[in-house]
Amino acid sequence: MTGVLVPLGSDAAAGLRPATREVLTLARDLGEVTALAHTTPTADLLAELGSYGVTRVLTTPLPEPASAAAVAAQAVVSAVTEVSCAVVLFTSSFTTKEIAAHTAHRLGAGLLIDVGGVHLDGGRLVGGKRAFGGTWETVCEVRTEVAVATVTPNAVMARPAPQPTVPELRDLPAEIEVPPRLELLERTVADHSGDTRPSLAEAAIVVSGGRGTFGDFEPVEELADALGAAVGTTRDCVEEGWLPPEAMVGQTGTTVAPRVYIGAGISGAPHHIGGMAGAGTVVAVNIDDEAPLVQLADFAVIGDLSSVLADAVEALREHGG
Amino acid sequence: MRSTEDGTLNEVDENAVETALQLKEAAQAADPDSGHEVVALTMGPSIAVDAARRAMQMGADRGVHVCDDDLAGADYAVTAAALAAAIRTEAPVDAVVTGMAALDGLGSVIGSLLAAELGWPQLSVARSVSWADGVITAHRGVDGVSETWQAATPAVVSVTDVTNSPRLARMKEILAAKAKPVRTLSAADLGLTTEELTSRTAVRSATRRPEPDPEIIFDDGTGGAKLAEYLIAHDLLAKENS
Repeated sequence: MTGVLVPLGSDAAAGLRPATREVLTLARDLGEVTALAHTTPTADLLAELGSYGVTRVLTTPLPEPASAAAVAAQAVVSAVTEVSCAVVLFTSSFTTKEIAAHTAHRLGAGLLIDVGGVHLDGGRLVGGKRAFGGTWETVCEVRTEVAVATVTPNAVMARPAPQPTVPELRDLPAEIEVPPRLELLERTVADHSGDTRPSLAEAAIVVSGGRGTFGDFEPVEELADALGAAVGTTRDCVEEGWLPPEAMVGQTGTTVAPRVYIGAGISGAPHHIGGMAGAGTVVAVNIDDEAPLVQLADFAVIGDLSSVLADAVEALREHGG
Repeated sequence: MRSTEDGTLNEVDENAVETALQLKEAAQAADPDSGHEVVALTMGPSIAVDAARRAMQMGADRGVHVCDDDLAGADYAVTAAALAAAIRTEAPVDAVVTGMAALDGLGSVIGSLLAAELGWPQLSVARSVSWADGVITAHRGVDGVSETWQAATPAVVSVTDVTNSPRLARMKEILAAKAKPVRTLSAADLGLTTEELTSRTAVRSATRRPEPDPEIIFDDGTGGAKLAEYLIAHDLLAKENS
């Protein structure tokens, strides 16, 4: 049976994130799943991993600087060797893509980035992704013995295993070299414990506002909250100071691939499209029916975004959504 | 110093060139005889030299163009191996500067792979970059974490489109760029082995997605309600992930 390794990263202590549950769901369809943690998992976490069919959990601490991709990758490589995995599946984020690259380099493995799904075909990992601003659908295969891939959030629905497992817990001996000439001077982790909205990168629904909001994001936020969605925006609006850079969806901001992307007052510059082209369904609200985002949307309303979004919120509340 | 680009000069690659120029200027300010130069490195078919030309118009001193039919369709690993080999031909190098993303699907991993290939420290997705006494300091903020890293050169740095404002090429520089040398390197020049030239991934199929056929409605006072109806009718309200 194919061995699949899912690195949980350092933030699994607070429980599995939705994106991790999705990757575990995909991994289980490929073979026998081993998870990698850097602190001893709590009983709750172990039970949750078991509910997703994980058969084994390896634990190894990371030396400082633990947040260097080259450090984390060495632990992943040790785990792959320890349990002979043929596939390593990461969730896709800035951080994990770097770790995946270092891991693939060390293993001589083929690397797939930001795939929307994976399967095995003749023992080879195959993954699909959208390219060139979402206009092309490509399918890539890995030709090496070991494959490394990062999977975009919302690629699949997370499903617990039909039969929960009791994961075997094992310490992983790993000799990790600290990268030379590199020093971490300062590190601050933003406190998201008080957040009422899901994280932009992983939300199933994203509502974004662009220049057409003229800086008034209240209608966008109201709709987002009615849908349990994250709020996003464009580079223009960040430059205007209307929302912080963390909210930017785009090529150099956050790449999102939600089930539903609602863009209000967004014309759809290539920079922005490149960051949301993986969305399942696109809805646009704009005063201009020629706007690129309207043209690539599945559904668009041409009109004033404040009244359209407010009416949509009202209709959703009546529906009980 | 180098800036790597691929194909045409991506927007964020202009930021990379700007960072490289600023690092050179900082080195010159500290020591007018430092002799640093900015080399624009690009890989791709013959037209890719335009990217190096563009960087030279911004102020890069010369160009290196990795160009070989054997590199067409190179995956991440082959691309990184070729670029790393080209960088080695330019030793000693203080810093390799790349853009953090490419618009053509190349992904954001080339900086990481170059650091791994070269065995250099990596400062990635840098929002600000400074260089003093052989040490590069960079701030970054990604995935909800803010970090300040420091690396002794040589190092690989990747920058974003907020790191700086790329300078506009002036007429004098545009004219001067025409005379700047570009060295063209083949896979054989780089001494790449068959293994290094073998892509580890392959594209099985690439299909153009059907032209979008949006359902467009003009708001007559019911647009918001229709938007809600659309989401409900297509079962898009599910909150499985929350």
